[in-house]
Amino acid sequence: MANLTTNAMGVEFKNPIITASGTFGFGEEFSQIFDLSILGGICSKGLTLHPKQGNKGVRLWETPMGLINSIGLQNPGVDKFICDELPKMKSYGTKVIANLGGNTTEEYIIGAKKLSVTDVDIIELNISCPNVKSGGMAFGIKSNVAFDIVSSVKKVCKKPLMVKLSPNAENIADMALACESGGADAISLINTIKAMAIDVKKKTSVFDNIYAGLSGPCVKPIALRMVHEVSKVVKVPVCGLGGIMTSTDVIEFIMAGATIVQIGTGNFIKPDIAVDIIDEINEYMDKENIKTLDEIRGII
Amino acid sequence: MKVYHSKVLENRLISTNIYKMTIEIDNLNNDIKPGQFFMLKTLDNSFLLPRPISVNEVGVNTVTFVYRIQGTGTKSISYVKLKDYIQATGPLGNGFDINLINGRVAIIGGGIGIAPLLYLTKCLKTTSDVYLGYKDEVYLVDEFRRYANKTVVVTENGGIGFKGFVTDYVDYNNYDIVITCGPEIMMNKIASKCRDLNIKCLVSLERRMACGLGACLGCTVETIYGNKRACKDGPIFAGEEILVQWRK
Ligand SMILES: Cc1cc2nc3c(=O)[nH]c(=O)nc-3n(C[C@H](O)[C@H](O)[C@H](O)COP(=O)(O)OP(=O)(O)OC[C@H]3O[C@@H](n4cnc5c(N)ncnc54)[C@H](O)[C@@H]3O)c2cc1C
Ligand SMILES: Cc1cc2nc3c(=O)[nH]c(=O)nc-3n(C[C@H](O)[C@H](O)[C@H](O)COP(=O)(O)O)c2cc1C
Ligand code: FES
Repeated sequence: MANLTTNAMGVEFKNPIITASGTFGFGEEFSQIFDLSILGGICSKGLTLHPKQGNKGVRLWETPMGLINSIGLQNPGVDKFICDELPKMKSYGTKVIANLGGNTTEEYIIGAKKLSVTDVDIIELNISCPNVKSGGMAFGIKSNVAFDIVSSVKKVCKKPLMVKLSPNAENIADMALACESGGADAISLINTIKAMAIDVKKKTSVFDNIYAGLSGPCVKPIALRMVHEVSKVVKVPVCGLGGIMTSTDVIEFIMAGATIVQIGTGNFIKPDIAVDIIDEINEYMDKENIKTLDEIRGII
Repeated sequence: MKVYHSKVLENRLISTNIYKMTIEIDNLNNDIKPGQFFMLKTLDNSFLLPRPISVNEVGVNTVTFVYRIQGTGTKSISYVKLKDYIQATGPLGNGFDINLINGRVAIIGGGIGIAPLLYLTKCLKTTSDVYLGYKDEVYLVDEFRRYANKTVVVTENGGIGFKGFVTDYVDYNNYDIVITCGPEIMMNKIASKCRDLNIKCLVSLERRMACGLGACLGCTVETIYGNKRACKDGPIFAGEEILVQWRK
């Protein structure tokens, strides 16, 4: 069997497959379906310093090969996460990534400080959520704003810091470079693409916030292009995601330059999709006589 | 709870736009509760998210669903041929707690909301009176008659059974508990009435779902205790708990 062990940010992952924020809860629901220790890592639901109720109105809307969501970062808050969810997450035998969002720089900083003194393996800084009114994605559009927040958080952060980019950034390569120079230990992309849907019967926007975030297979070609662009310019590892549904998708992201990848919407389509993907990557590597993923990483 | 790849043993039209599908699910140690559901998906990629469909009946190593063609997903599911396979994740949701349903029970179903109530009627330890509201065509009536003490059929045009709305034919004061599944407007009416009369009421709610497992927080229901997930904390809720969402 091929060797899927992957190092990034000084952390050793069993394999490069991580489940994406907001699509896997805190892992508990999925632990009843498969053994989570086979995963490279689990990323928590987006956390904010204070608990959040999330958005009102319709939160999910299916589009051809895509999903638009307007969850609005509903979460129990950092303290409750650390107390109630983290111990369970740590018990699954895989790396734990805490996804941290915020409305203000202050909130990000306090959140990162609190998470820094826990067993969390990595902090993923979410500066890319399109579903909250202030903050969130507002930090992820302009490179200079992103630089400021990343460097402020980096000063207090004692964990490897991965910064999650929005595809809605003005210029994705510049954005990645700004985050890298702000101190990011890795870059993950993409978060959801700002999108909308209209209910023609009700003659209104489907979502109370009007815009929401698009994910799923339909975004993959865009995500792949962005991962490729970013991988070409940054030195830190890149975590690729957006529409991954198969092992072939994963291989594509790795060939485009990703060191690790995340599966998001795919977890909804088939809750044990990660099991299939990991098996199939092994098969692919054996068939192609590839010993480690380094042989194909960034070859495009 | 498991992700099954199940063989389809039956998938046929039982009324206009309404299908009955039975799939093979082995190794089930009788752990399906009435009111629970499965997330169903065809193995082609004709649609993306699995569709939540309630358990209508449970047999020896089989589960039956009754579903109405609503759009792309249910249409695709209706095309699945005998002996083909379908992805079914479940059983999901809290389901009804049979041990807490005692005394004189009324079960009120409207439209496709009738389907999940059959297995409940079968499982109840006490007998129940069943009230079924249809538009014009009826379905599953004989099956309900098999398990219910009394089965009242109501159609909007009165073509079959009584005429009008099913809610008009229930004498709430005769019951200790009322259970309902159907259009929200009907469930709202019933839950409000039960609250006013101080009768216990259980409703089965529908929400758009992505995971069906409790992980995505897409199916939120506003309750007096705060946000709950229709897929995990529900789909069965106490009437008084969720009335708040309709009070606007
Ligand atoms: C817990 C639960 C149990 C259900 N049980 C049954 C059942 O036993 N029989 C039955 O016929 N129907 C049932 N439904 C409704 C059924 O899930 C929808 O009719 C179905 O998802 C529609 O999919 P579609 O692709 O045909 O329609 P489309 O309108 O094309 O669907 C588009 C999207 O909206 C979602 N959607 C549309 N209508 C509904 C709805 N009413 N509820 C939830 N999501 C919806 C779909 O899942 C899909 O993601 C149940 C729903 C829930 C939540
Ligand atoms: C329902 C839902 C909730 C999400 N919540 C979060 C979140 O809390 N934090 C975050 O960084 N990304 C969140 N995302 C974005 C995903 O992590 C991922 O970046 C995006 O969906 C693209 O990947 P995919 O196409 O594989 O889903 C969410 C996505 C979905 C569909
Ligand atoms: S459908 Fe995902 S939490 Fe209910």
